[in-house]
Amino acid sequence: MSLISTLARLEAVDSGLAQPAATVRHRHLSDRPLVFVPLTTAGETGAPLGALVGTDRDAPRLLVVPQPRDRDLRFAFLADLADAVLPHIDAYAASVEAAERTETDPETGKRVKVEAELCADAPQLIVPSRSGLDFVRLLGRSMRFRRTAEQDPDAPYPAPPRVPLLGRWLTHYGERARVPGSSLLLALTDVLSRQWATGQSGLEDQHLGALLAWIDPPRGTTGAEAARRAELARDAAGQLLCPPAGPATDPAFDNKLLAPAIERYDRARTALAAAEDPLEADDRLAALTAAERDVRDLVESRTRPTWDAVWQGLDLLRALPAGAHVEGRWTRDRWSFTGHRDRVLSGEPPQPRRDDAVTAANKLATREREQARLEAQEALDDPLVMAERRLAGEAFAGEVTDVVPAYTEGRRPSPRPLVTVRTADRPHLAERAKVYRSLNGRPQSAEFVGYEDDGVLVLRILDKMGRGKEPEPGSVPARGDRVCCTLFEHEQRGGAKLPDPEETPWTHGGPPGERAPEAPDTVTEEDVL
Amino acid sequence: MTTVDFDPGAAAARATDAILHDTLHGTERGVVVDSPPGAGKSTLVVRAALELAAAGRPLMVVAQTNAQVDDLVLRLAEKNPELPVGRLHSSDADAYDKALDGLPQVRTSAKAGELSGLPVVLSTAAKWAHVKADEPWRHAIVDEAYQMRSDSLLAVAGLFERALFVGDPGQLDPFAIVGSEQWAGLSYDPSASAVTTLLAHNPELPQHRLPVSWRLPASAAPLVSDAFYPYTPFRSGTDHGDRRLTFAVPSDGSGPDRVIDEAAESGWGLLELPARHTPRTDPEAVRAVASVVRRLLDRGGAAVSERAPDRPAPLTADRVAVGTAHRDQAAAVRTALADLGVADVTVDTANRLQGREYDVTVVLHPLSGRPDATAFHLETGRLCVLASRHRHACIVVCRAGVTDLLDDYPSTEPVRLGTLVKFPDGWDAMLTTYLHLLEHRVSWRP
Repeated sequence: MSLISTLARLEAVDSGLAQPAATVRHRHLSDRPLVFVPLTTAGETGAPLGALVGTDRDAPRLLVVPQPRDRDLRFAFLADLADAVLPHIDAYAASVEAAERTETDPETGKRVKVEAELCADAPQLIVPSRSGLDFVRLLGRSMRFRRTAEQDPDAPYPAPPRVPLLGRWLTHYGERARVPGSSLLLALTDVLSRQWATGQSGLEDQHLGALLAWIDPPRGTTGAEAARRAELARDAAGQLLCPPAGPATDPAFDNKLLAPAIERYDRARTALAAAEDPLEADDRLAALTAAERDVRDLVESRTRPTWDAVWQGLDLLRALPAGAHVEGRWTRDRWSFTGHRDRVLSGEPPQPRRDDAVTAANKLATREREQARLEAQEALDDPLVMAERRLAGEAFAGEVTDVVPAYTEGRRPSPRPLVTVRTADRPHLAERAKVYRSLNGRPQSAEFVGYEDDGVLVLRILDKMGRGKEPEPGSVPARGDRVCCTLFEHEQRGGAKLPDPEETPWTHGGPPGERAPEAPDTVTEEDVL
Repeated sequence: MTTVDFDPGAAAARATDAILHDTLHGTERGVVVDSPPGAGKSTLVVRAALELAAAGRPLMVVAQTNAQVDDLVLRLAEKNPELPVGRLHSSDADAYDKALDGLPQVRTSAKAGELSGLPVVLSTAAKWAHVKADEPWRHAIVDEAYQMRSDSLLAVAGLFERALFVGDPGQLDPFAIVGSEQWAGLSYDPSASAVTTLLAHNPELPQHRLPVSWRLPASAAPLVSDAFYPYTPFRSGTDHGDRRLTFAVPSDGSGPDRVIDEAAESGWGLLELPARHTPRTDPEAVRAVASVVRRLLDRGGAAVSERAPDRPAPLTADRVAVGTAHRDQAAAVRTALADLGVADVTVDTANRLQGREYDVTVVLHPLSGRPDATAFHLETGRLCVLASRHRHACIVVCRAGVTDLLDDYPSTEPVRLGTLVKFPDGWDAMLTTYLHLLEHRVSWRP
């Protein structure tokens, strides 16, 4: 934890209220995000219990699996989820604009611009917390290799149509969420704790109710009190007043309310199956419907508070202005969305279970590049983040006290003016270290020449001064100007091109061979209850 | 340790001969050499390069940093001034050491094409990754292969047919700045070390080990070997008494002087400050480090080693280094040294001290003053680097209470399916070294 975020947390403890950790919003927020609040069943990985999903805060769609261990009911839930999510995705996929993309020409090997379609906007998916992200990945993994009756008429348990497709999209969103700075799929607790520092630990910040309590406590209480209440307060029946944001549920809820309700449902179903005449069946069907409604009500009672909390959090975030580079990063998300849309349209198979060596290395390289880009852009967008970097010795701000024209030696001298800066910061400048400042949004580099005095340093400006002998007006700071220079680069260089997967070298196991379409997961005994 | 039946020179020569035989005449595509600290890794690389060049096999050398590449070029030039050598460098300003410009047989270029046909071409892994070759090199030497990431080897492995991989498994593992748990357990996990991936796919490759550390004194090799290389022990090339550190000015009885005397006598010294939780740049500990350095230089130290048993070498600023865990700690120590009027003493983090050698090192213990022990601070390689840079003595400055801290923070890194669990873990290595250091403790309240 940096010094400044430690300070912010201490101030939060002291004041009882979360303190801003940023002055602008560092993630993109869609005007129409799709909010997804899932719940899972304790004891069985990837068995959804229910979910609230939708784009209208007043009218979420409730999906429930009244017996989570029943595979047919689970498929019905997934089919309903596909009905709720895929039309939203399709709407965005259909609206495109013309754009340019750089590609490597297969014949010449040169980088060339080609015209391409870019989706005008991309659908954003919001889950309450980080474990929600994992659940999205898990759902994607459990669905994308399923076969529908259409794909495979012999499949013993065909998946409803569109379920495998939803699995591919959720997998794509889950993978994209691992790219630093991306906003296609966001965990609200991550975004909120990027913007505010609370008086609790990072782990406790994953409790959406407690986090919101610190940021926006009910009138008359402090954040600390409200957070404590959100975490611990229970009603007379021993149930949490603020249910956890899921997907895991509170054990007291599972044991006291959910398990008996599911058992009633099971009994009603068995009774219905055993009904001997239509009249009896009618009665028992009514009992089954009532039992199912009980489970639905229970699931809604545990998801609705989280649903409302998510929208409250979104309101808080919308009140903040977006950082200058947020739009640019969202464009990358749109490219990512468009790319996956194209892969689906062109009939490519679902994402493989495991990345091959080249794909894994490419993904890691992209993410490292995006991480560095994100760190630089957040600092440039936000003086509070820059202050953190300045305190860490990775940047400095100060006043220009002198500018001396100087030139390169040679036949055509170019300007290399010396700029003296007085700063109270203590940057870790090595001999001839490069520093960068933002000049109209583009990085101008300079070289550290030396200290003239304690806190007075001299820089030699190296570029962005035009082609002439004299620097272009405005390209060199003047005496009295405030400048802020960073020791880190503002833009990231692209990495080296890795070999194609077919040319994986012997050190990494050689080419992976012809990729066979992946078989769906084998059916186990547990799948056929 | 007894060295009666052990001739370090002969043991090292046997190992080197076996390595060169496998490299030049073996049938496998790769040879892996594990080298403990100061075991003559660079010497081996230079010798293998010269022999491969002499055998007429075009050779590319992959190192990890520009400083390492320049160092190898200079060593090659020193050993064989006749051999034409290519130094492939980036197109940045100051891409390589200007000393290379003074060597007529060294050709430098930012374009691989301009260096084609030279018997040996050297560059960093990052630069090689951008090279496209129509025909692969017959042979490659990959230096510091344990510090190279698997994905970085993936980018260059297509450039060569066969390779000699040399490195120190005990030093810092490569790291990624983003999470890579997703690939943990895959044989080609891109964040793993190059050697891990190489051996996972080619388990039949011959693996060798250099058995003798020429750098570490007889007082240090057993501890470093036990703590960091428990299954691949090594010995020091010198015996007790071969190296001596003496001071002309007697001790003034202060903490720094007493710990200097202890370290001069036994090879290790622990200057223990009172227990306290502190910020990373603990001002008292930083000042203590600086005063130890100041006194080391003021007391007229003289180092006698096996290189010149009759001529003590004065302990000058360039023979002393300070090692820390974090960059801000290094910066704080530099400032404190400047305040005491000390210049030219290297102060750096473990990452940057890898591969370097000094007579005396002063180390700010990674756990000093910490309330917790994170995976970063417990990393085996970090402590191993800090504790194995010295030829004579190592002085550690630390707040008391490390053993309690270790008791409170057992290592809890998850074990993942399919990954090779590394032994010893950092926790264990920390405890072993600290218990040894406690025998050489000087308690001091500044």
